[in-house]
Amino acid sequence: MTAPILRIENISKRYGKKDVLKGASFDVLKGDLKILIGPSGAGKSTLLQCINFLVKPDEGRIWLDEQEVHYAHKRDLCAYRQKVGMIFQDFNLFDHLTALENVRIGMVRVKGMGKAEAGERAVMELERVGLREHMQKYPAQLSGGQKQRVSIARALAMDPKVMLLDEPTSALDPELIGEVHAVIRDLGNNGMTMIMATHQIGFASSLASEIVFMEDGRILERGTPDKIFNHAENARTREFCSKITELYGERG
Amino acid sequence: MTEGWLYIQAEVYPALLKGFWVSLQLIAPSALCGLVIGVMVGVLRVYGNRPVMAAANAFVAIFRGIPLVVQLFIWYFGLPHIGIYLSPFVASILGFSLCSGAYHSEYIRGALLSIKRGQMLAAQSLGFSKIRMISSIILPQAIRRALPGCGNEIIYLIKYSSLAYMITCIELTGQGKILASNSFRYTEVFLMIGACYLVMTSVATIILGRVEEHLRIPGFERQRT
Amino acid sequence: MERKPGPVGGASLFSMKDREYGDTMPQKCPHIPHVFKVIERMPESLIAIMDALPYLLQGSMVTLVVVVGAMGLGFALGAPLAAGQVYGHPALRRFIAVYVWFFRGIPLLVFLFLFYFGLCTAFDINLSAFAVAIIVLGLISSAYQSQIFRGAILSLPEGQFKAARALGMSDFKAISFIILPQALRLSIPGWSNEYSILLKDSAVTYALGVAEIMARAHFVATRTYQHLPLYFAAGVIFLVLTWVGTKGLRLLEERARIPGYSPKGL
Repeated sequence: MTAPILRIENISKRYGKKDVLKGASFDVLKGDLKILIGPSGAGKSTLLQCINFLVKPDEGRIWLDEQEVHYAHKRDLCAYRQKVGMIFQDFNLFDHLTALENVRIGMVRVKGMGKAEAGERAVMELERVGLREHMQKYPAQLSGGQKQRVSIARALAMDPKVMLLDEPTSALDPELIGEVHAVIRDLGNNGMTMIMATHQIGFASSLASEIVFMEDGRILERGTPDKIFNHAENARTREFCSKITELYGERG
Repeated sequence: MTEGWLYIQAEVYPALLKGFWVSLQLIAPSALCGLVIGVMVGVLRVYGNRPVMAAANAFVAIFRGIPLVVQLFIWYFGLPHIGIYLSPFVASILGFSLCSGAYHSEYIRGALLSIKRGQMLAAQSLGFSKIRMISSIILPQAIRRALPGCGNEIIYLIKYSSLAYMITCIELTGQGKILASNSFRYTEVFLMIGACYLVMTSVATIILGRVEEHLRIPGFERQRT
Repeated sequence: MERKPGPVGGASLFSMKDREYGDTMPQKCPHIPHVFKVIERMPESLIAIMDALPYLLQGSMVTLVVVVGAMGLGFALGAPLAAGQVYGHPALRRFIAVYVWFFRGIPLLVFLFLFYFGLCTAFDINLSAFAVAIIVLGLISSAYQSQIFRGAILSLPEGQFKAARALGMSDFKAISFIILPQALRLSIPGWSNEYSILLKDSAVTYALGVAEIMARAHFVATRTYQHLPLYFAAGVIFLVLTWVGTKGLRLLEERARIPGYSPKGL
């Protein structure tokens, strides 16, 4: 179990003249919950999208299960993306499909499963996120928290090895954050490997196996929640943590 | 009055019925082919590479810019110039399909461009290939958005099907012209023809409204960005 | 009195006559000097186009007169129809809705035949094909234009009408001086679309023998057997006219624009 399930090395991305990512590297072990924190514009979101190649990195390499990913090869890329689930800040449910169809379509169209079999699995995943009774509703009829839970179910249905969560709760009303956090916590307890960008310090410190602090496209510091929040070495980390604690409430 | 009735029963009714069928036979395949062409060209105009995009745009500019009559004349009277002979019926369907396809593609293109980027990101993150993504995520949404415009286009097609008469395809209008020329009852005959078209366009409007209603997804039409 | 279907006589520019064409179009390009042997060896189709070009361009004048006339008539009828449909008495609104439905539901060609061969004869009105073409296209266009204006009026903020009334304007004055001037500015894009539709529809008036571009192209084509090149030339002229017209209306839109003025939507 020592080999990392996901390994990224020296990921860089430039938009025009601006370096958004300046060589980010880390390993993720199976069952890890890695949390990316940092001010907006630090490159957290770009890094997550680069890991899934939704944004093509200019440099850098990625290994999943010790197999390097060759994203220029379309079939490899699609196969890789199936194994890496992605949760977006603004949900991105397919607007023309019901909750059930949203969860099912990946299994049917990408994995080539039969509709009935995929449907059963979809119901199971929706049940897991507590939305069985809403499965016939369209995205516009669901609350933000429900939408995000559907999108988690949609990703889970593909049996991902790693999940990437890009500020999954930052577009939600405060009272809806809890239900999404509960689902993520449940996932973590079941051993799902996750990388998540968030501003929810309290949630992060209670669950994370490692916190990664990013600023200006670089990873400045990393460590256990206790280390980052209470004994950070870097002055910028300390400054950011105290600010964010003020904004998003007590840690722990 | 009775003489008029006899005339209608004996001559007008069967002739118009015949013309009506020919019109339907022109409209139905043209509408279908037009939609298929429109979707294909619309997709190419948005997702094609540069030369394909330019070619598709040129196709649309030409077929929307040149009057349908001229196009029909080119297909029917012009093509024999280079050794291709089409029957009036085939030439009409060809002309209608290409022309309405060009118009449909405008609506499809606009609808495709209105789909939010997040929909594509989500599809890609699930491992959809580009073609699968377009066919099962983007197009089903775009077609719903394009439906009102495309529906209008089909109504136009019903009316413009009368131009087939000008390249000697005897459909509803053509039958009317023959009847009227023989009986000199232009006003009555063309009023009846007009009524037939009114029925066709009105029924088509109702059917298209039903289709729209049937495909409607709660909250989908409102959230344009 | 029955009219003969097909090309009929009339003013020289506006209708087809065999004789005239002989005047404007020389037989087999004798006007090309010998020095231009190259040109003489040009494919016949090009020669046919070159020869027919002045004749076709005369036709484009006819086309433009028909289109501009129809647009004017459509505007004169369409603007009051739109105002009536938005602000009128319920009965008036219903009547206008039926009018719009009627003129939008029947093909142009049927209307042309109905008016020219039917109604004009039945009521013994002596109108040239050219006049009938303008009237029919204008009536149809009025139905479409009324919907363009209606959309524009509905997109104006409600406060405009209220403010005009508050100044003591009558409804008629409020519509003419406050609502329509704003609505018309918003209608220019729709208008430019209507222009290109009318331009293309005007080719259908060939069926009555109006000597517009298409009629002339067909006329020359049947005599020179150069169908494809001539229709092609006609198509290009239409493309150019569409392009010029929409450019012109875009200029008008810019000139009519009021700085910072953009009511919601449209």
